[in-house]
Amino acid sequence: MAKFVAVTLILITIGSAIPIIAHIWVPPADISTHGHLIDEQLSDTMFEAGICFIAAQIILAIFMWTASSRKPGEKIRNFPGGAKALVTAAFLLVGTEVLALGFFGSKAWGEIYFTPAAADSLPVQVQAGQFAFYFRYPGPDGKFGPIHPEMVNEASQNVFGLDTTHDQDAKDDIVTAEMGIPVNKEIHLLMHSKDVGHSFYVRELRIQQDFVPGLDLSLHFTATKVGRYEIVCTQLCGLGHYNMKAYLKVMSQPDYDAWMKQQAALQ
Amino acid sequence: MHDVSTHAAHHAPPQGFLRKYVFSLDHKVIGKQYYGLGLLAVLIGMVLSWLMRLHLVWPNAAIPGLKWLSSTGAPGGIMTPEYYLQLMTMHGTLMVFFVLTNVPFAGFGNYFLPIQIGAEDMAFPRFNMMSFWVTFVGFWVLIAAFFVGDGPPLSGWTAYPPLSALASAGPGEAVGQTLWAISIAIFCIGQLLGSLNFITTTLDLRTKGMTLMRMPLCTWAWFITSCIGLLAFAVLLPACILLILDRVAGTSFFVPGNLVISDQLIANHSGGSPLLWQHLFWFFGHPEVYIAILPAAGIVSHILVNSYRRPLLSHKVVIYCMMAIGFLSYMVWGHHMFVSGMSPYSALAFSFPTLVITIPSTILVLIWIGSLYGARLQVNSASLFALGFVSMFVTGGVSGFFLAQPSIDVYLHGTYFVVGHFHMVMGVAAIFGMFAGTYFWGPKMFGRMMNETLGKIHFWCTFVGAYCIFMPFHYLGMVGNVRRYSAFVDDYLQPLLPVHKFITYAALFTGAVQIIFLYNLIYSRFKGKPAPANPWDGTSLEWATSSPPPWDNFGGKTPVVYHDPYQYGIEASSGDYVMQNSPEQIQTVREDK
Amino acid sequence: MRNRTCYAAAVISCAILAFAVVMMVSQRKVKAAPPTEGAIEGTIKLDGTPPHEKGIDMSKEPSCAAIHKANPVKVESVVVGPNGGLQNVVVYISQGWNGPAQASTVTPEFDQKGCQYLPHVMAVDVGQQFKVVNSDQTSHNIHPMPTPGGQNHEWNKSQPPGAPPINSSWAGEEVAIHVKCNIHPWMSGYMAVVKGPYAVSDNNGSFKIENVPPGDYTLTAWQETYGTQTQKVTVAAGKPATANFTYKAK
Repeated sequence: MAKFVAVTLILITIGSAIPIIAHIWVPPADISTHGHLIDEQLSDTMFEAGICFIAAQIILAIFMWTASSRKPGEKIRNFPGGAKALVTAAFLLVGTEVLALGFFGSKAWGEIYFTPAAADSLPVQVQAGQFAFYFRYPGPDGKFGPIHPEMVNEASQNVFGLDTTHDQDAKDDIVTAEMGIPVNKEIHLLMHSKDVGHSFYVRELRIQQDFVPGLDLSLHFTATKVGRYEIVCTQLCGLGHYNMKAYLKVMSQPDYDAWMKQQAALQ
Repeated sequence: MHDVSTHAAHHAPPQGFLRKYVFSLDHKVIGKQYYGLGLLAVLIGMVLSWLMRLHLVWPNAAIPGLKWLSSTGAPGGIMTPEYYLQLMTMHGTLMVFFVLTNVPFAGFGNYFLPIQIGAEDMAFPRFNMMSFWVTFVGFWVLIAAFFVGDGPPLSGWTAYPPLSALASAGPGEAVGQTLWAISIAIFCIGQLLGSLNFITTTLDLRTKGMTLMRMPLCTWAWFITSCIGLLAFAVLLPACILLILDRVAGTSFFVPGNLVISDQLIANHSGGSPLLWQHLFWFFGHPEVYIAILPAAGIVSHILVNSYRRPLLSHKVVIYCMMAIGFLSYMVWGHHMFVSGMSPYSALAFSFPTLVITIPSTILVLIWIGSLYGARLQVNSASLFALGFVSMFVTGGVSGFFLAQPSIDVYLHGTYFVVGHFHMVMGVAAIFGMFAGTYFWGPKMFGRMMNETLGKIHFWCTFVGAYCIFMPFHYLGMVGNVRRYSAFVDDYLQPLLPVHKFITYAALFTGAVQIIFLYNLIYSRFKGKPAPANPWDGTSLEWATSSPPPWDNFGGKTPVVYHDPYQYGIEASSGDYVMQNSPEQIQTVREDK
Repeated sequence: MRNRTCYAAAVISCAILAFAVVMMVSQRKVKAAPPTEGAIEGTIKLDGTPPHEKGIDMSKEPSCAAIHKANPVKVESVVVGPNGGLQNVVVYISQGWNGPAQASTVTPEFDQKGCQYLPHVMAVDVGQQFKVVNSDQTSHNIHPMPTPGGQNHEWNKSQPPGAPPINSSWAGEEVAIHVKCNIHPWMSGYMAVVKGPYAVSDNNGSFKIENVPPGDYTLTAWQETYGTQTQKVTVAAGKPATANFTYKAK
């Protein structure tokens, strides 16, 4: 039985490794300026974790095979070096690995979080609310009008609760259901939650950040490839969580300007 | 060493049906009661997982019988999005609390800790009985959520506010969520009572010759787990109380102001922080997962040594590793919150101990595998599941490596990669520990041998099935498949539907296979071959008494301990081992201390 | 000779009796729709320029966005027809109705189609059964939100595609209950719960309330943006009374 299980384990190990080695299910192509750091970290970790996984399972299988064949009376042998060798190996190998990954990983993390948005970045506000994302652009005055929560009215499409009658800054704000941005331009994403916790996730941009009600957070990123991508919610927010998404349109500057004009006319 | 004969556990044999089998003070009965409750919970939890998997793959199909459980949740048998989340919440809650925390720790621990240290019972038998019945009440309060108002809550077992704090945030968030919070608070109390008992018993009731270092590894695991549990549940309990207050008493611990739900301003809350709940919850939640795995690891170590017929390469190192894991488990909770909005600097601070905890975990694995080298493996259902645990623990641990790094977590957080990781370690490895414990200790607990052939079939099918279910979760996560979705409508998810179908078929197959285990368990209980006192040639004290043990564990003869717990692989009068309480002088096996 | 007379008399009496019975029965039928029942009809107009309504971008729900690709949808709070008629105005008898509260015998349908509510405004009687149906490929959740504290209670149910219709009714008068879908936040509709007969104006602003017995009544019109207006109307037997309403665009 032990031999049968050992063979099963080896087959499972090889079977599990094949999709990874063959790149069958992989992250989509990166379209951000910082994403390559994450992707490098991911490949390094996959390589090291993969080796550990395959080695451990195969050695376990081999030892199961040999240990189950031993006859009574055969002398028990110790693993060479005993516990001392294993403990040392764990500290050295795993220890260096974790230090290395931790150190290099902090660079990728820092790119996203430790640098402020550039002064000329384009501000876009995103509001997450059960169960849609809406976006707001400041308009020609460059200022976002204040949000009046008591004025939020989804039926009339005043999703941000803007008072365009009394608030000057709000008059030229442009509210959209799709997020349009120009390519190769840093975006300063201002995140606001209308009700419960949500999250902003664009796989291709390699960004993910929770919305925290009561806390206005921000992110910055630069998209490097024109296209249409999905923004999906990754924080359980209620019954419509599975259907909470919006499209991100990365456009050339002229296309973006045309789109913005179109959206302004629809306000 | 305390004088065992004068401690509080000394009591008269129980009389009457209720005292013997229902409101029993006997730790063995209480252990079996916990096991039974856990078995009921795991069956319900497993059925819920089938319903979830069926819906994910066939979202618009009518599931037979479902409309009788809830006509609102499944009109015409077609599951609504909220009902999926409600079933998912109950699945997680039942499995994490009532199965994983209950069975390996409260179930097996209650039964075997006193016996393994040579005591007659736990230090506080009345506390012990109370802890079970409190847990029992908590269980039914949770189940009641299925049958009230809008049904169970839909905020997941993690219950993040404001979703979990505001009734208007969704169906199930009114009465259902309050019942959930009350149930968990009750559960915490049961666990705290249990932990107090375990710690006191281990420190005070060890028999003559049973030094701490001579305790079996599973006893150590239960002891360390109860220390972790005392601090962890002591934080979850007030967190649940604060949540209940926010929901019913108008407080705002977790709810900020200016929230608008369905165009209505939530006027009676302001100033609260949703992140506060996350910190409190995960400060409990991370140690909780070690509460789930350490007893299983201890049980597996205990069984592996027996099946290897030699001691582990170092008994002390295994103990120190378990202690290190217990200690470090309190420093890593923020790795659940890397992208939560907390300070990105603290993310790095949490990442470091999370990566460091890999070291003791790796040492454990290396010792389990390294001790197999040169050993003489006895193959039986218990040892197979114990070895299966090692394989699953490696897989689950390796995927944790990715998630421990904040930069990678930016991509993988909230995806099926996380779900694959925690199911591997908790949903499979810990469950394998429970199966191993059942096959190993079943004969001792019920006085009957279980069918080995059925056990081996059960093992192989479950082993293959579990890998088929949960390995693909990691691939889905790599593509960015978001978790907790009741349906896959996004464009990028469409090509992944065949993978989900494969997983569903594997889950149904693996679930069906568990019938073999249930049949074996029940059949053996009544018709199994009578078990000898020591069917596996074990060394620890549970094998020094009859199967099942008498009401005071040792029939009035308090054992005296002469040896370390795992004297296997030696030449002795009874074979290749000597029992802990045997006065026989032998040449002890040379071990790395 | 006498026998033949008796026989003839009996036959003729039976015939007269039968004829009378037939007359009575047919009279009853005729009574069911007496020539004295009336109706109220009229037109509702908007005076002035209708407000600018924002377009609705349904891109987050591709199946619905595709349906409206050729004709983009706008917010429906003020819908004005080609002749200046105001659509979706509920007209009902607010005073003077002595008949049963539930005057209507149909089961109206509230459909979710193209991620919109059809009709945008539905009127029902207290206790009248209505059906909510989902004609879309996506799930919707139907979330009527009556004013708290009254006889009508808020509910929130999802309806996956292919699920059976949801049957419901309202216990108390309320003009009107706002209905929304949380999954598709732009969806907005109303259910006006009244007693007695009612009508909802069409795209020409026209309405007709049938089966109104002669008498004096107060008629109320309700529009979601412009609110209510009342008018007294007298219904005479045989011919429909006319009541027109004009709302001023703000």
